Amino acid sequence: MEKDTVVKEKEVQRSDVVHHYLRPKKKFPNVWCAGCGNGIVMGALIRAIDKLKLDKNDIVVVSGIGCSSRMPVYLDFNTLHTTHGRAIAFATGVKMAKPRLKVIVITGDGDAMAIGGNHFIHACRRNIDITVVLINNKIYGMTGGQFSPTTTAGAFATTAPFGNYEKQFDIVKLASAAGASYVARGTVYHEQQLEKLIEGAIVKKGFSLVEVVSNCHTYYGRLNREGDAVAMISWMKDHAMPIQAAVKLPPEKMVGKFVTGLIHETDATEFCEEYDKLVQRLKEKEAQK
Amino acid sequence: MSNLRKGKVRLLQGNEACVQGAIYAGIDFYAGYPITPSTEIAEGLARELPRLGGRFIQMEDEIGSIAAVIGAANAGAKAMTATSGPGYSLMVENIGYAYMTETPCVIVNVQRGGPSTGLPTKISQSDTMQARWGTHGDYTAIALAPSSVRECFEETVRAFNLSERFRTPVTVLTDEVLGHMRELMTMPEPGELEVMERPKPDIPADWYRHFEMTPSMVSPMAAFGEGYRYNVTGLTHDREGFPTAVPSEINEKLNKLRKKIERFTDEIYKVRTEMMDDARIAVISYGTVARAAHQAIKMARERRVHVGAIQPLTIWPFPDPIISDALKNVKKIIVAELNMGQMVNEIKRIAPRNAEVFFLGRYDGEVMTPQQILDKIREVK
Ligand SMILES: Cc1ncc(C[n+]2csc(CCOP(=O)(O)OP(=O)(O)O)c2C)c(N)n1
Ligand code: SF4
Repeated sequence: MEKDTVVKEKEVQRSDVVHHYLRPKKKFPNVWCAGCGNGIVMGALIRAIDKLKLDKNDIVVVSGIGCSSRMPVYLDFNTLHTTHGRAIAFATGVKMAKPRLKVIVITGDGDAMAIGGNHFIHACRRNIDITVVLINNKIYGMTGGQFSPTTTAGAFATTAPFGNYEKQFDIVKLASAAGASYVARGTVYHEQQLEKLIEGAIVKKGFSLVEVVSNCHTYYGRLNREGDAVAMISWMKDHAMPIQAAVKLPPEKMVGKFVTGLIHETDATEFCEEYDKLVQRLKEKEAQK
Repeated sequence: MSNLRKGKVRLLQGNEACVQGAIYAGIDFYAGYPITPSTEIAEGLARELPRLGGRFIQMEDEIGSIAAVIGAANAGAKAMTATSGPGYSLMVENIGYAYMTETPCVIVNVQRGGPSTGLPTKISQSDTMQARWGTHGDYTAIALAPSSVRECFEETVRAFNLSERFRTPVTVLTDEVLGHMRELMTMPEPGELEVMERPKPDIPADWYRHFEMTPSMVSPMAAFGEGYRYNVTGLTHDREGFPTAVPSEINEKLNKLRKKIERFTDEIYKVRTEMMDDARIAVISYGTVARAAHQAIKMARERRVHVGAIQPLTIWPFPDPIISDALKNVKKIIVAELNMGQMVNEIKRIAPRNAEVFFLGRYDGEVMTPQQILDKIREVK
């Protein structure tokens, strides 16, 4: 009995946290389909920010175009909803102009990997201190179910009516190889882990990526007979393998599974800091003259 | 030489003058991608900005460059990029974003011949209409066209001022010859030219609306990180910056983009006229061509031809009233441009009914010569 009430109180507090970070006046209900994973990611992001006790005024959330990229509009931060694929490039300007700001990018697999692929790899390479939360639902949601660079081989999309014959990006490998400091993968089923991964990404100096495996039951689910939101999210539960366990498993046990957790981390120098060092060096030289 | 480099009088390229003008105007941030004939602007700012505590970044392409510029501007920076035709083409979607989000920024387009990669090392003025109509949708553009090294400096300063004053992107249209030509110029002292800052809000954060309607039509602009939290989106939005589909709000937004500029054209127009008082023939040209026109009318006047010259330095919005006024008593109008006829259509639109308009175009990558213009004056006389 007693235990029950404690749990309830905790739940209330957690939902209050969310409301504290949502824009009070406008724009609800949101544009997302009921059951879309985007809402879960938004909750995880908010809780991660709350845990870190960051000032709302120091956070800038930047996004591109897509269902996932609508998220900033609801959030009570400095928010910049930009053009399709360019969020990371806009974010680079924000961060460089005011490095003290915490810059977080919300993007989709189409937004970041297709049209925005170039900006993505170069931001990794520079290792600029931006956190990218990439919601991977393996499809273009907003434009109605076309395939993306992460759509599973053979899967159906409105522009892959006979099954997808293109090859897929492994986003996590791509980011690691391109030079990102912090590379993680979570899912919308594993909400608490996701929260921690986002928290770690924000804290980490340098380019951080959190790929979130999410569901678009409206298009991907329907076109591929993967069922409703619940069915798709349950699939994640059965197929996600934490990195700690994955490294111990023989490859054949990993077939059909995907790895989650903090997958790659390094301590390379960060872009804005390098730039500031240059400025400092030039100042000293000038003073010596 | 060191005297020239350091002193008040300096020998500068047009592109270098853009760099110096940007610094004079208080540039904080530059993002760009190299393209001939604009690269000296990036190179100059790569050298100067870190020393001044400003920030320079060479992006992976032009789309990223203008995106970073707009991001930086929203974080409070005076921001600029420079490019040439193909790069400008890549930027136009995001330039539209800057119009819609009322983000101040400056884009220098050092024109070369086109379409496509065209003539990278040759002169042209064929992006004149692109500077007006480059991006999709309805908006009012501001574009300036200097014709000398000194004007490259001054018009870059003015571009920053207008962009901050009206919260809008401003294009500076120069060209390959102007960008690379060297002239002596006396550097303006600090305070000699006006330098404007963007209007800032002076109300509590919870009253602040990022796209407020004000009598001046221009909304004060808080930067990210200053305690005002707001949403910026390229979607048509209401005064608070939230996407809207309400017809009256859509109308209000689009009207604002147009009116905040069209109501204040007095502050934007800049037109130079020369010997127009008794002119029966007018030569209208801008940019480098205006230099040839200046020579040509001098030569024609020596032969007692009543000819004058009109040179718009603001080419968008097109200075209709000033140019129409100058054309009142003119019977023949020659419009000289390095393209197949772009500004000439604006002149046809506003020319007095009893005046004839003649077009003199050149698009072979060479400059317009005074002789060519003189020949045209003779022909139409
Ligand atoms: C330049 C440009 N091209 C195409 C579009 C159309 N468009 C809007 S969203 C989108 C795909 C979004 O997919 P994704 O990033 O995966 O986000 P999701 O909607 O799935 O969350 C496309 C192609 C656009 N807005 N701009
Ligand atoms: S279309 Fe798909 S991605 Fe978009 S809101 Fe609906 S479920 Fe989510």
